Amino acid sequence: MRRLRSLTDIAAPSTTEAGIPVAVPDGESHGLSHATSTGISNEKLAMWCFLGSECLLFGGLISTYLLYKDKAVRGPKPHELYAIPFTSVSSFVLLMSSLTMVLAVSAIQRGDQRALRAWIATTALLGATFISGQVYEFSVFLKEGMGFTTNAASSAFFTLTGFHGVHVTIGIVMLLSVLVLSLRGRLPQERAEAVEIVGLYWHFVDVVWILIFTVVYLIK
Amino acid sequence: MSTTDAALPALPSGEPPRTTRPGGVFARPQTDTGWRSWVTTVDHKKLGIMYGTAALFFFVIGGGEALLIRIQLATPNGKLLSADLYNQVFTMHGTTMIFLVVMPIGAAFMNYLIPLQIGARDVAFPRLNAFGFWCFLFGGVMLNSSWLLGHAPDGGWFNYAPNSGVIFSPTHGIDFWNMGLLITGIASLTGAINLIVTVLNMRAPGMTMMKMPVFTWMALVTQFLLLFAIPVLTSAQFLLMFDRLFGANFFKTAQGGDPLLWEHLFWIFGHPEVYIMILPAFGVVSEIIPVFARKPLFGYPFMVFSGIAIGFMGWGVWAHHMFASGIGPISVAAFSMSTMFIAVPTGVKILNWLATMWGGKLKFSSPMLFSIGLVTMFTIGGLSGVTHAVAPADTQQTDTYYIVAHFHYVLFGGALFGFVGGWYFWWPKAFGYALNDTLGKVHFWLMLIGFNLTFGPMHILGLQGMPRRTYTYKNGYGFNFWNMVSTIGAFVITVSFLVLAYNILASRRKARKAQGVGTGRLTMAADPWDGRSLEWMLPSPTPAHNFDEVPVVRSLDEFWHRKYGEEEDGRLVRIAATEDVVQKGTNTDVHLPSPSYWPIVLAFGLPFIGYGLIYSLWFAVLGGICVVGGIYGWVMEPSVDPDAGHHDPEPGATEPEPSGEAAADEEAALVD
Amino acid sequence: MTDATATAIPHDAHGDVGVTAHHTPSDGHYVRVALFLAVATALEVILSYTALHGIALLVPLLVVMAIKFVIVASHFMHLRFDDKLLSKIFYTGLLLATGVYIAALSSLHVFAGK
Repeated sequence: MRRLRSLTDIAAPSTTEAGIPVAVPDGESHGLSHATSTGISNEKLAMWCFLGSECLLFGGLISTYLLYKDKAVRGPKPHELYAIPFTSVSSFVLLMSSLTMVLAVSAIQRGDQRALRAWIATTALLGATFISGQVYEFSVFLKEGMGFTTNAASSAFFTLTGFHGVHVTIGIVMLLSVLVLSLRGRLPQERAEAVEIVGLYWHFVDVVWILIFTVVYLIK
Repeated sequence: MSTTDAALPALPSGEPPRTTRPGGVFARPQTDTGWRSWVTTVDHKKLGIMYGTAALFFFVIGGGEALLIRIQLATPNGKLLSADLYNQVFTMHGTTMIFLVVMPIGAAFMNYLIPLQIGARDVAFPRLNAFGFWCFLFGGVMLNSSWLLGHAPDGGWFNYAPNSGVIFSPTHGIDFWNMGLLITGIASLTGAINLIVTVLNMRAPGMTMMKMPVFTWMALVTQFLLLFAIPVLTSAQFLLMFDRLFGANFFKTAQGGDPLLWEHLFWIFGHPEVYIMILPAFGVVSEIIPVFARKPLFGYPFMVFSGIAIGFMGWGVWAHHMFASGIGPISVAAFSMSTMFIAVPTGVKILNWLATMWGGKLKFSSPMLFSIGLVTMFTIGGLSGVTHAVAPADTQQTDTYYIVAHFHYVLFGGALFGFVGGWYFWWPKAFGYALNDTLGKVHFWLMLIGFNLTFGPMHILGLQGMPRRTYTYKNGYGFNFWNMVSTIGAFVITVSFLVLAYNILASRRKARKAQGVGTGRLTMAADPWDGRSLEWMLPSPTPAHNFDEVPVVRSLDEFWHRKYGEEEDGRLVRIAATEDVVQKGTNTDVHLPSPSYWPIVLAFGLPFIGYGLIYSLWFAVLGGICVVGGIYGWVMEPSVDPDAGHHDPEPGATEPEPSGEAAADEEAALVD
Repeated sequence: MTDATATAIPHDAHGDVGVTAHHTPSDGHYVRVALFLAVATALEVILSYTALHGIALLVPLLVVMAIKFVIVASHFMHLRFDDKLLSKIFYTGLLLATGVYIAALSSLHVFAGK
């Protein structure tokens, strides 16, 4: 029974066909109190707003890299040092962590705590693998003579990938918190959305890497 | 009312109170009076008042800086400030007025009014709201602490590269600018998320988007602008910070750094920022003018859509700040066109305000006078703005006082006039007494005259070629007379605000005497102006729980339509006495969001991380402990105190508890 | 539609094609999506090793990247199955970012000579 609504009326609270709100009997208003005007929970809406905002943060950093990627007065440029096979593997690892994350959400939605813990732990582990790969990559670049301050291109490269790495690390902390909460029995099936929201953040970090992998590593 | 949802906020009363000690650190604060209630509050009304108070504090600082500038420039070869000090003063004047005065005054109105206007009990994330306020306050204090710690920022509020680099600005001033504004940026971002969710999700039954008051609409657009603009500034500030503190090469021309990158990033943020400052004031006068014209707002949908249009178009005009930077003829032409177009929705708004007044029973009380002040002064500023859109003319105006005149007409003549009008208008609602109208009128006329004396002559000075950001001028350039006029005007403005300060004190003393309450709580009638929107349904001052029962909304200007109907010939007719339709504020069964120490603890750590990055990493360790402890305390503490619920009848059941996710949000926001 | 149903099952009232948060795709579906993403990534890497260069490399890489992005957002992040409002907010941010930064980079001549 979905009717067309005007552009601004993105979320009409309960109204009848005539647009007149209906009195809700007292007994039912308990249910009403949980319903938000849009039907989306506050937390989920907040997370999506935050992710929309993050697009502009990473956009700025990616643009900076694009502007500077060939600006090297001294020292090597980042794309002279990329080890594409290595980065492809770590990108694949991060991509698969999105799968395990979504399986964790699916598990808690079924109320399967054991599967939830297993998938969350796997996701955190894959994330940690990715971070370790990044640390290794950075250390190789350092050895090859490209540090943070070497040239404009290297500053831009380390800033962009470093910001992403910090985001992944925060995601891992959040995943571990979810794991602890679940172990302590504080994540009942009804709170599946909490895991889903952590998942949103995790997937976002993954899609940012999809952009970085293509734009920074593959395009020369 | 045909319905009652009084059951909505209530826990079964009579539950035994229980003190929770989350993490064994703090007992959950319970008091609602005294300093502790302010430090731990999560009440959107108290936070609104705190935003306003803190903004006024910074207004005194920023205003003092303005006076220093004007004294320095009153006569040729001014000796009050050295060139170096002058750089610091004008930088801090701009930064303070924008980030610590106009934006937070807007935030004060939005925090206080949005929940009331949409019929909600609080914002969506009350603790996050408190956290935002403390971030703003501590960020502002940190920024200003640079005065005491050696050297204030001296690169202008825009801090153009490479002038903002270590080579040209070797003191720590610009680092303070960076850190302080990164912290206030967290406040803006969390506030934006919070208020967007509040407006979209917490509306009373029947309050569709197109039944929301225009102020709430403009606030929503503002928050979306903040949501998307702040991260652009954040990314630019991180680049600058890495350059200055860690030796990165983003803006060092010798390393191939491109100063225009900073200009682009800054103005991609900076132009939406202009609308972030003015749209809330537009919202304020859109509320005031219909009340004092006793007519509904003319063209409500046009008002809303022009606001949205400004919000979108505000993203396509930033490079008009860069016409003189050599961005090339195509860019200049494109941004010149888009800048001219953005005048259209603004013009729509001005037309609608005029049409609202047209044929109305106008009552020129102080709020109305200030609103008319906005309409006229902003129009002047808007017109001079259109002259900047003409790129060849702009090349001549760039970096002259003509620009200074323009943006003071839109920000002082626009935003500040609107906000001061809003103070007079909503003062009774927030504090339980009205400001004296005669003194208000004196304030208005002094401010209007002083304002025009100060900034009007700057048009002339600018066209005569007087450069801005220069600490003095020589005799014989023909700048002397108008500079003196301008300085005199600045003092007239100062006097006008002293009148406001006196008005506040005198009106309060008089109200206390009249009510015989000593130092106790003042109260007054709910609806002193015969208002239109839901906040006037509540007692003055607004009770902590806002609504006794959440109203069911049937129309735009819901409260007005509960008081007045229309006869067949269209004549207004009263259908209910005001006393019968206002709420009594007597519902004691409402459970409110619980106060918390954690927002202030968490925010308190942030400036120390900033100091740590500037001076010694040990401070950062200290700050980091504070932040991490704050986050974990926040998460461990149930968002809903078991003995004092959210607006939520069954806390804990299927409760979408904000703690985990909200904190997670913040963890992410902190690194941003 | 009465008020009670509208508020009790808000997802049905506003959601897309009647799929609610409680009725999300099966785990098998997610695995298939992940397989597709893996193949797409492999394709990207292979493309980067071919003799293609310039615009002939750029366009296919960017297209595959965009497809991967949208698929993760739509399926893993549930945008397809959730209220349209969430998509609007997220993609507004994304498109704003794309628009302003491409404009800024063009004006900085980043794309010149490619």
